[in-house]
Amino acid sequence: MATIPSSTAGSATPAAPEARIGSMLQRQGALIALVVLTCIGALRYNGFISTYNIVELLRYNAMFGLIALGMTFVIMTGGIDLSVGAVAALASVIAALLSPYGATVAVGAAVGTGLLIGLFNGWVITRFNIAPFITTLAMLLGARGAALLLAKNAAVSVDTAGGYVEIGLNGVLGIPFPVIMLLVAYVLGSIVLNYTRFGRHVLAIGGNEDAARLMGLPVDRIKLGVYALSGGLAALAGAILAALTYTGIPTEGLGWELTAIAAVVVGGTLLTGGIGSVGTTFVGVLLLGLIINMLSFENLSAYWQSVIRGVFLLLVVVLQNQLSGKRKAAA
Amino acid sequence: MAQSEPLLLMEGITKTFPGVLALQGASLRVGRGEVHALVGQNGAGKSTMIKILTGAYRRDAGSIIFDGQAVDFQSPQQAQSQGVSTIYQEVNLVPFRSVSENIFMGREPRRFGLIDWRRMNAEASTILERFGIRVDVTQPLLQLNVAVQQMVAIARAVSFRSKLVIMDEPTSSLDEREVATLFDVIRQLKQEGVSVIFVSHRLDELYAVCDRVTIMRDGQTVDDKPMAGITKLELVARMLGKELGEVRRLGTTGFVTATHQAKQELLTAHGLQSGHKLHGVDLDVRAGEIVGLAGLLGSGRTEVARAIFGADPIDAGEIQMDGAEVVFKSPADAINAGIGFCSEDRKTEGIIPYMSVRENLTLALLPVLARNGIVARDKQQAIVEQFIKRLGIKTAGPDQKIRELSGGNQQKVLLARWLCLNPRLLILDEPTRGIDVGAKGEIQSLINELAEGGLGVLMISSELEELTEGCDRVVVLRDGQAVAELAHADLSEDAIMTAMAHGAESTTDQQVGRHGEA
Repeated sequence: MATIPSSTAGSATPAAPEARIGSMLQRQGALIALVVLTCIGALRYNGFISTYNIVELLRYNAMFGLIALGMTFVIMTGGIDLSVGAVAALASVIAALLSPYGATVAVGAAVGTGLLIGLFNGWVITRFNIAPFITTLAMLLGARGAALLLAKNAAVSVDTAGGYVEIGLNGVLGIPFPVIMLLVAYVLGSIVLNYTRFGRHVLAIGGNEDAARLMGLPVDRIKLGVYALSGGLAALAGAILAALTYTGIPTEGLGWELTAIAAVVVGGTLLTGGIGSVGTTFVGVLLLGLIINMLSFENLSAYWQSVIRGVFLLLVVVLQNQLSGKRKAAA
Repeated sequence: MAQSEPLLLMEGITKTFPGVLALQGASLRVGRGEVHALVGQNGAGKSTMIKILTGAYRRDAGSIIFDGQAVDFQSPQQAQSQGVSTIYQEVNLVPFRSVSENIFMGREPRRFGLIDWRRMNAEASTILERFGIRVDVTQPLLQLNVAVQQMVAIARAVSFRSKLVIMDEPTSSLDEREVATLFDVIRQLKQEGVSVIFVSHRLDELYAVCDRVTIMRDGQTVDDKPMAGITKLELVARMLGKELGEVRRLGTTGFVTATHQAKQELLTAHGLQSGHKLHGVDLDVRAGEIVGLAGLLGSGRTEVARAIFGADPIDAGEIQMDGAEVVFKSPADAINAGIGFCSEDRKTEGIIPYMSVRENLTLALLPVLARNGIVARDKQQAIVEQFIKRLGIKTAGPDQKIRELSGGNQQKVLLARWLCLNPRLLILDEPTRGIDVGAKGEIQSLINELAEGGLGVLMISSELEELTEGCDRVVVLRDGQAVAELAHADLSEDAIMTAMAHGAESTTDQQVGRHGEA
């Protein structure tokens, strides 16, 4: 009977304390920053912790949040989706154009289009083995062009009689629909990631794609799934945009993909894939949103938001790199 | 009891890759509950054979009968579902994910469609405990040492109810005690009637755990014997394709057998240890001398070169140059001290294919050639033309892309890259591998000439002729230790093979192998 001396098993669990603190920082760093910023805001500004401010913060960030959720899954496989901003713009135009037929048709068509675009991205990436960066960059251009064509290079007004704008105006128990969608999406996303094979296999592919293939995981199908998810959620964000602004705007959504990537990475998901969580992306979205929110309280120019977000992102990536290097060394 | 019927019978397996006949009617027969060693030199066809069995490659001809049925696996996944699991040399798991996930990936137990973590963790613990391993299965795999990771890979394979487990050099990254644990697991598999194909270059391991051995050479199966029926020396001879006691032929290489006048001491390495690859290597190279470094694959030859060159950290031991201790923190330090290193893999570590001969040749010399950051083109041109002439590099001109040159001429350009730095010691890792016969001779005589000019050469080679005829002395490595140093009358192909197989025996002096006579 093979019995390993306990010392071997002992040497198998040498997670050094610093490594544990490091991995905690990496995972919860965004949450710590969020709590600190919230405390500062609460002390400094009147009305910061008001229901109004919180609901507005969530409503404003619902679109980024949905896009960042899809992006989280894509990035966890080791991929990237640059087309989300353009897809959101296209979806807002489609939703606005179809708004006379009611909210269901408009949202359904918009989200359906996003899903198809995502599927197409995934198909190109897996079938022709094209880098996700290139594939989705091409789709960014294509979707943006399609949005401009459909909208004839102008904003498309939403038909206010069709009930579509209710999405932006109404809600349940004072919580606006976009915020409900955001919260439901994150709860579902978290369950999918942690309790379904699809979710676990997403992480496995990002961690070691060759191994995932050798283990017999349906790698291509899972990749199709994450890009479709990303496209669908981006389109949902576009539908919300149309509902909030009463217009389908083909030129909106510029740089949203980068904001989403920033939120995902700030949250602690590894840009190279394999490690990530849905909850921390939510924290990342809130954190970036909070920074803008506080800048508006400070009456600082909105241009600062970009600078500060940039600094933040860089800081997080450098930190992540350092910490993950240490974790590997400790292993 | 179908005792005589083997579990696996592969016969007449032929496989051609563009331009290369990788397998030529090779066969492999593995009995039930048998631990079967598969050995052969690099390029003998072992891994092609395994890949054909597991469905990673398609065979051109031949038949495979597994468990009484003719099979033709389309993919490793299909092979696995039919009971053939493979454990690869590199642990092929997902390091960020937990131990239990790695064992159950792809068939996680579920309740109401959601993963049943509690059951999955409990079952993973149970499976590992069968092998005497108690770890927290919820921790990420990367927090475990390599041996335990290897066990997790085996646990995964076994939990598929495999009938045959293929282990491709599973011990290459394990230390001795970890190897012992692995062997316990293998013996337990055997007891449970599981067959194992064990690929390893460490002979002691084969004798410790295997029942039978299949020896491959040049794409063919040359022997299939019980492990007890073949001595280590016979085994090595069969692998290398040499007759025991075969008199070495003269003149098969471009080397002049005459011994060089050994001059002053140049480099001395003492008790080199590095990771789990080197466990004490002593060697010295004098100016104007060619020292050969022999050993089977995985014996630590390249690791010695990398350790000396500062490419890998040294854990213990010291290196002296001209009698003074030196510490090379990086290859740049070694280069500054006058050491050059032509690595084995020309394509990935040597040439830059789309650059010209001129650029490739002077790459390491650029800092010297540049004045104020601008390369002195005329000087560069002069040096390049000088070396093209001196080494007889066949090229349309200095501006030809190096990828258009033949392997031999590429190798000459790489040699020139180091030579133009005026090194005092040149380390060559398999300098003639993959080069056609004519160019081989030229390169060998060139090395010879360089040594006569006072250059110290440390040459790693798998070719016995090259070692016996070209070298003044040959240091033989075995399992990361220098087990013999052969010179003059003691230097023969038989002596090298003996040392490769047994360690120190009939050798002049120096260290006695860790395993000695196992």
